[in-house]
Amino acid sequence: METLMAYAIGVLFGCAVYMMLRRSIVKLVIGLIILSNAANLLIFAVSGMTRGAPPLIPEGLQLPEGAVADPLPQALVLTAIVIAFGVLAFSVVLIHRAFEVVETDDLDQMKDTDT
Amino acid sequence: MSTEVALPVFIPLLAGVLSLMLWRSRKWQRRLAVLATGLLLASTLWLLRSTLDQGYVVMQLGGWAAPFGITLVADLLSAVMAVITGLIGFAVALYSLGTIPDRHEKFGYYPLMHLLLAGVAGSFLTGDIFNLFVWFEVMLLASFALLTLGGERAQMEGAIKYVTLNLFSSALFLSAIGLTYGLTGTLNMADLAYKLSQVEHTGMVNVVALMFMISFGIKAAAFPLFFWLPASYHTPQVAVSALFAGLLTKVGVYALYRLFTLVFVGDTGYTHTILLWSAALTMLTGVLGAAAQFEFRRILSFHIVSQIGYIMLGLALFTPLALLGGVFYLVHNIIAKTNLFLISGLTYRLLGSYDLKKLGGVYRERPGIAILFLISALGLAGIPPLSGFFAKFLLIRAAVEIEAWMAVVVALTVSFMTLYSMIKIWAQVFWKPVPDAVDATRLRSRERDPGMFWLLTPIIGLAALVVLFGVWAEPLYQVARDAAEQLLNPAGYIEAVLGVTP
Repeated sequence: METLMAYAIGVLFGCAVYMMLRRSIVKLVIGLIILSNAANLLIFAVSGMTRGAPPLIPEGLQLPEGAVADPLPQALVLTAIVIAFGVLAFSVVLIHRAFEVVETDDLDQMKDTDT
Repeated sequence: MSTEVALPVFIPLLAGVLSLMLWRSRKWQRRLAVLATGLLLASTLWLLRSTLDQGYVVMQLGGWAAPFGITLVADLLSAVMAVITGLIGFAVALYSLGTIPDRHEKFGYYPLMHLLLAGVAGSFLTGDIFNLFVWFEVMLLASFALLTLGGERAQMEGAIKYVTLNLFSSALFLSAIGLTYGLTGTLNMADLAYKLSQVEHTGMVNVVALMFMISFGIKAAAFPLFFWLPASYHTPQVAVSALFAGLLTKVGVYALYRLFTLVFVGDTGYTHTILLWSAALTMLTGVLGAAAQFEFRRILSFHIVSQIGYIMLGLALFTPLALLGGVFYLVHNIIAKTNLFLISGLTYRLLGSYDLKKLGGVYRERPGIAILFLISALGLAGIPPLSGFFAKFLLIRAAVEIEAWMAVVVALTVSFMTLYSMIKIWAQVFWKPVPDAVDATRLRSRERDPGMFWLLTPIIGLAALVVLFGVWAEPLYQVARDAAEQLLNPAGYIEAVLGVTP
C-alpha cells in the first residue's frame, strides 16, 4: 500500500509541475491544486499507514491497547486542506480578475512587470 | 506564565478582528491602526526586556507540555525580530494615514495590515514547525490581498508570479514537514533538534534540509528563485511595498537562521556550503539587476535581493562573528530599506512618478527630504558612521577571519555597486533639475500639506535610527552578540523548551 501511495504521490507531483509550466493561467491554478493535494497525501503516507486501528482509548484505561494509527498526521492534513482551500479560493478569484484586467490567459503576455 | 511572548501575536490578531468589525468606520480603523501597532511595539519591547533578563521566554499553549503542544518561544533573535516587526508596523501605520487612498481603506487595508503583522510576529515566535507553516500562510494570504488591492494591470501580473512561487514554496515546505515527521515523529523544533542530534545523519536528513532550504530560499528571494520579488514589489501602494520590503522576505531568512542553526547542524560542511554559494550569487544578481533599472522602487526591490545575500552570508559562514554580523545586518537592513521605500513614496507625492527620468530637483526645492534620503541610502551602502558600515564590517571581517576570500571579494564588490545604485537615484531624483515635461507645482508650492506630517514622521524616526545604530552601535552590537551566542549553542534553546538537558 505504501509503495502504491508513493508512486501515486510522485505522479501527482509530476502532473502538478507539468501543469504549472503550461502557459495558461487556468492550468497554472489546476497545477497548484494538484500540488497541494500531493503534499497532503505525502504527509499522510510518510507517517505510516495503519489499517483498522483507530486511536481510541477504551473506557477506564489511560492508554490505548496495542498499536493504533497516529492521529497527528490527519490533524496536520486537515489543517493543510483548510489553508489550501482558502489560498486556492483566492487564486481562482485572482486569475479571474487578472483575465478581466489583462484580457488574456496567456502567461507569455504578462511580462510588463518583468523588464 | 510568560504573557509577553503571546502578546505580539495576540494584539495584531485582535486588532485585525476589531478592524473588521469597524468595517464601516474608516476613522476608527485609522485610530485603531496607530493604537494597535503602538501597543505591538510596546509589547515587543517588553518581550525583548524579558529575553535579555532570562535568555529564553517560553510559553506552552493550553498548558500542554512540549513536545506535545504548541510552544511559543522567544530567544534573543526572535525577540529582536519581533521588536523590528513592531517598529516597522508602527512606522507604516503612521505612513498609511497620509498615503492610502480612500478606496483602499474601504476595501479593508487596515484589517489586512494587522493580520499580516500577526502572521509575521507568529512566525518569529513559534517553536513548532507546523505552526510556522500556518503563520506563513496567514502572512501570505494577507499579503496576497494587500498586493492586489486596487486591481491595476501591473498588480495583477505581479501578483500571479508572487502567488504562484509562494504557493509552490509552501507546498514544498509542507512536504518537507511531512517527511520530517515521518523521520522523527515530532514537530517541535527543539525536540527535532534533540532527536536529530541523537541519531546518525543519513542522506534523508540532508534531503529534508535541502527541501527546507529551497522553500525558505524562495520566500526569502534568494538566488536562483528571486524573480517573483522584483516583478511584484513595485506594483502596490508604497506603504504596502515598504511593509513587504521590510518584513516579508526577512521571515524567510529568519526561518533559515532558525532551522540551520538549531535543527540541521549535523552536516554543516554540506548545507552551509550550498548556502554560501547561494548567498554570493544572490548578492551579485540582485545588485546587477538593480544597475539595469530606472524605476525607483524596482531598483530598491533588486537591492532587497542583494541584501538578503549579505544576511545569508552571515549564516553560511557560521562563526560567532558572522552570525553576529548577520543579526546586526538584519536589523539595519529592515530599517534602512523600509525607509528608502517610504521616501520613494514621498517623492512620488511631490512629483507624481516613480520613473527616475521623470523625477528631479528635489534637493533644490526640499533639501530636508534629500538629506533624509541620503542618510538611508548611504546607510544601506555602508558608509561610516551609519548603521550599514558596522553591519558590513562585521560580516566581511568574519569572512576574512576564516579566509573565505570569495565571499570577501563579492561582498566588497556588491557594496560598491550598491553605492553606485544609490548615487544613481541621488543624481536623478535629487540633483538634476526638474525635467521640462514634468509638472512640479506640488514640489515648488510653499503651502503646507497637512498629510505630509504622517509621511515625514516615520521617515525621520527611521532615519534617526539609521544614524543612531551607526554612531552608538554598542547596545545593538551586544544584543546581536548574545543572539549569535544563543544560536551557536542550541542546547540552551532545547533545554528551555523541553526542560531536559541534551
